[in-house]
Amino acid sequence: MNWPNQNWLDIGALNDIPQRGARVVKTVHGCVAVFRTGDDQVFAIDDRCPHKGGPLSEGIVHGHAVTCPLHNWVFSLETGMAQGADEGAVATYPARIEGGRILLDAKRLIRGAAA
Amino acid sequence: MKRKLVIIGAGMASGRVLEHLLAAEPEGWDVTLFNAEPRGNYNRIMLSPVLSGEKTYQDIVTHDDDFYAQHKINCRFGEAVVRIDRENKVVYSNEGGAPYDKLLIATGSAPFIIPVPGHDLPGVITYRDMDDTQAMIDASDKPGAKAVVIGGGLLGLEAAAGLKARGMEVAVIHLMGHLMERQLDPAAGYLLQKDLEARGITVHCKGATKAILGTDRVEAVLLDDGTVYDADQVCMAVGIRPEVRIATDAALEIGRGITVNDQMVTSDPDILAVGECVEHNAQLFGLVAPLYDQAKVVAATLLNKDAAFQPVQTATKLKVTGVDLFSAGDFADANGREDIVFRDPARGVYKRLVIEDNRLIGAVMYGETGDGSWFFGLIKDGTDISDMRDTLIFGPAYQGGTGADPLAAVAALPLDAEICGCNGICKGTIVSAIEGGATSLADIKAQTKASASCGTCTGLVEQVLASTLGDAFKMPAAQPMCGCTDLTHEDVRRLIKARELKSMPAVMQELGWKTSCGCHVCRPALNFYLLADWPEDYHDDAQSRFVNERNHANIQKDGTYSVVPRMWGGMTNPRELRAVADAADKYDIPAVKVTGGQRIDLLGVKKEHLPDIWADLNAAGLVSGHAYSKGLRTVKTCVGTDFCRFGTQDSTGLGIKLEKRLWGSWTPHKVKLAVSGCPRNCAEATCKDVGIVCVDSGFEIGVGGAAGMDLKETERLAKVATEAEAIDLTVAFVQLYREHAKYLDRPYKWLAKVGLEWVQAQIVEDMDNRAALIKRFDLSQTIYQRDPWADRATPQARADFAPLADLTKEAAE
Ligand SMILES: Cc1cc2nc3c(=O)[nH]c(=O)nc-3n(C[C@H](O)[C@H](O)[C@H](O)COP(=O)(O)OP(=O)(O)OC[C@H]3O[C@@H](n4cnc5c(N)ncnc54)[C@H](O)[C@@H]3O)c2cc1C
Ligand code: SF4
Ligand code: FES
Repeated sequence: MNWPNQNWLDIGALNDIPQRGARVVKTVHGCVAVFRTGDDQVFAIDDRCPHKGGPLSEGIVHGHAVTCPLHNWVFSLETGMAQGADEGAVATYPARIEGGRILLDAKRLIRGAAA
Repeated sequence: MKRKLVIIGAGMASGRVLEHLLAAEPEGWDVTLFNAEPRGNYNRIMLSPVLSGEKTYQDIVTHDDDFYAQHKINCRFGEAVVRIDRENKVVYSNEGGAPYDKLLIATGSAPFIIPVPGHDLPGVITYRDMDDTQAMIDASDKPGAKAVVIGGGLLGLEAAAGLKARGMEVAVIHLMGHLMERQLDPAAGYLLQKDLEARGITVHCKGATKAILGTDRVEAVLLDDGTVYDADQVCMAVGIRPEVRIATDAALEIGRGITVNDQMVTSDPDILAVGECVEHNAQLFGLVAPLYDQAKVVAATLLNKDAAFQPVQTATKLKVTGVDLFSAGDFADANGREDIVFRDPARGVYKRLVIEDNRLIGAVMYGETGDGSWFFGLIKDGTDISDMRDTLIFGPAYQGGTGADPLAAVAALPLDAEICGCNGICKGTIVSAIEGGATSLADIKAQTKASASCGTCTGLVEQVLASTLGDAFKMPAAQPMCGCTDLTHEDVRRLIKARELKSMPAVMQELGWKTSCGCHVCRPALNFYLLADWPEDYHDDAQSRFVNERNHANIQKDGTYSVVPRMWGGMTNPRELRAVADAADKYDIPAVKVTGGQRIDLLGVKKEHLPDIWADLNAAGLVSGHAYSKGLRTVKTCVGTDFCRFGTQDSTGLGIKLEKRLWGSWTPHKVKLAVSGCPRNCAEATCKDVGIVCVDSGFEIGVGGAAGMDLKETERLAKVATEAEAIDLTVAFVQLYREHAKYLDRPYKWLAKVGLEWVQAQIVEDMDNRAALIKRFDLSQTIYQRDPWADRATPQARADFAPLADLTKEAAE
């Protein structure tokens, strides 16, 4: 792995995640959910729902949003904000695709959501 | 003195450069033009009409011998440049050199070849130039010849349509889920696929080529999923990359393409580059519009004039006669972006506009593209569209400045606009019915037949009512499936069957979904409806299932899972119990519980351990208990005649037979069964979805019980004499429920809607129907009765269930 000299960390191939699906990356601060949307973009957000801790990586992905599997709160993958009537937000992390590989910002992953 | 200009590549970009340059300075240049192809400049984008036979090569030549002669261009066609000597300013082909003052590299792109076994067999070609085109035309001469096109993008589809037009049998293999995924969204891709299939072209999406087969020549193409397509000719159209080899050798600065600045000059001030071989601001170019702009800049730079290249938005059209498709701009979903979707299922029209900050930023259109250039103009100019938002999708014809009345578009429709496609009813007919006194949807249906068939135009008819009657008409509030559609579950189910919709994009397109890919409410329901109605055609979509069904285990509130093996009819044995105990030890299971359905629940399993624990339990003969599914859960039994002094029939045996027949089937909601050996009912059969109570004279079958949030006793479906009949009726009942109920309605709720008598008429009295239902159930079981654990105890599944990466160790350092 390129770590720790580079900011962008290669964490896997785009094809390791199904379209409209997600996988998690474990960090010392907890899991980060990495989503691949139907239009082949990637987003990374905390894997813990602010409502009761549901694993957002297991939710149904639609457009650029995910529905929490436990009680159906819907979160924007871009802003991390809960949609509709629910209030709350999860941290988002920079993510991008290059040459079919998924890159996450290593600095943000180590600092965690708090920073 | 004339300056020496050498051009490498006689393609579309360099052709334009020549025109601009020679028009401005006809006598200023001594031009040498190299081309690897044995011919001069021609219109490459018109190769497809040549392939299909609509044009000839002569028709597409852009610069002929007269042009070259008139401008005294030294043509060196058929000579590939192999080396650039920058120090001495000479380029070389294998036939000799040519000195330059200024050099222009215009080598275009090279097609990508996927390096599968057999890719170098004769008969495998790419689609880039006239030679490729001629090779395909020659191949099509053989009667009955078959072609496989790998790649369902722009080029691949033009090749496929051309080959088909030449009479070949054509199959297109495409890696992604829908055709032209870079230009089209799934709905438009679906329509395109439908159109191509209607022309007799086979389309295989999600197909990964594994190998090209053949001994001396290509004979067939083998896919990862085992499918084999016979082929006399294979055309690979999977992508292109900039042709930069000679520039790399000459040590020019290269990214993915030859790096140029705004003046189109490379890292060497005397060398310019143009076309698909260049990279400008990290961007590559694959369509001619930006190349033409580049060509203007190249000419200006050579003439020492100021000019800077600025990339423009591009739009795509597919040049297949009879297919109308247009896409431009950015149409990815994103926050703050809104979609306007218009679908006219009857005519196969789909339009989607993407709006951000009151500006149009993307458009996809299928079936009717006349307004494409108008929309493209709005995108390019960044026009503020707030004023015409409500009628925007109807195109420029409706932008009369009528303001923001949402009904304006319908009000503006001409009287001969067709509203009801099924019955061919125009707006005028509906309006005259209203003028004649009709005031409700029911009146319109009765008087004109509009919306009396498939019902998809109901909304439009209501809008015509509203716009004609004004305040006198109240829009009714039906309970739609979700925010993505105005149709109810029942309507959708009916339409899926009636119109043979067999995929999710098909449903969303034909039924006018308002979102591009549904939501968490409609997708699981549609997935069930489609797999229940078309078991052989539809492919289950894991991403449209709730977490439990996707991971084949019940998620707990802490994110761990519970694992429940099947214990047929509640029977188990020491071997199974030992395996369960061993698994509990090995995976540190915090809690082991006996469930209400007579089996054992291992609670608190980590997701990444699931495939391993399944493999261990499988090894002891245990399979998934589907304790997580909207499907058959358990068949609870009492001990019956084998041990109990009251038993009248073999209740345990019947329970096991039922469970073996029904397991693995998906249903609208969970289904639980029970069989009791006598009316003392130790198995609590009278509160199950199907409960059988054995009596001396046979079997009493009750249905529609509940013991959850609602408490309900079963109703008597029938009493039968034999065990075989009891099984038949149970299977037929489950299938009837599968085919008709709304997703997430338990049988008792569904029964309350359709009535027990209707069900009895279907399966107790109508023996033919009963048999047909059983047959359809068994057919579905041939596909869906599989142990999901065994399917997932593979290295691939293990990898899929594990985290993508573990950074905990590294971050600690
Ligand atoms: C079938 C087809 C359909 C298309 N349809 C469209 C469309 O509808 N719309 C659209 O905008 N675009 C379309 N394109 C893309 C368009 O044709 C290209 O963007 C355009 O041709 C690129 O122009 P160019 O001058 O950069 O390269 P080219 O036109 O490819 O010209 C490059 C030339 O350089 C020659 N060459 C390469 N290396 C050397 C060397 N070392 N020495 C000498 N000569 C060399 C090549 O033989 C070639 O003749 C289509 C392409 C194809 C193949
Ligand atoms: S239901 Fe009847 S047969 Fe079955 S165990 Fe109870 S008493 Fe015995
Ligand atoms: S935990 Fe996510 S919605 Fe409740």
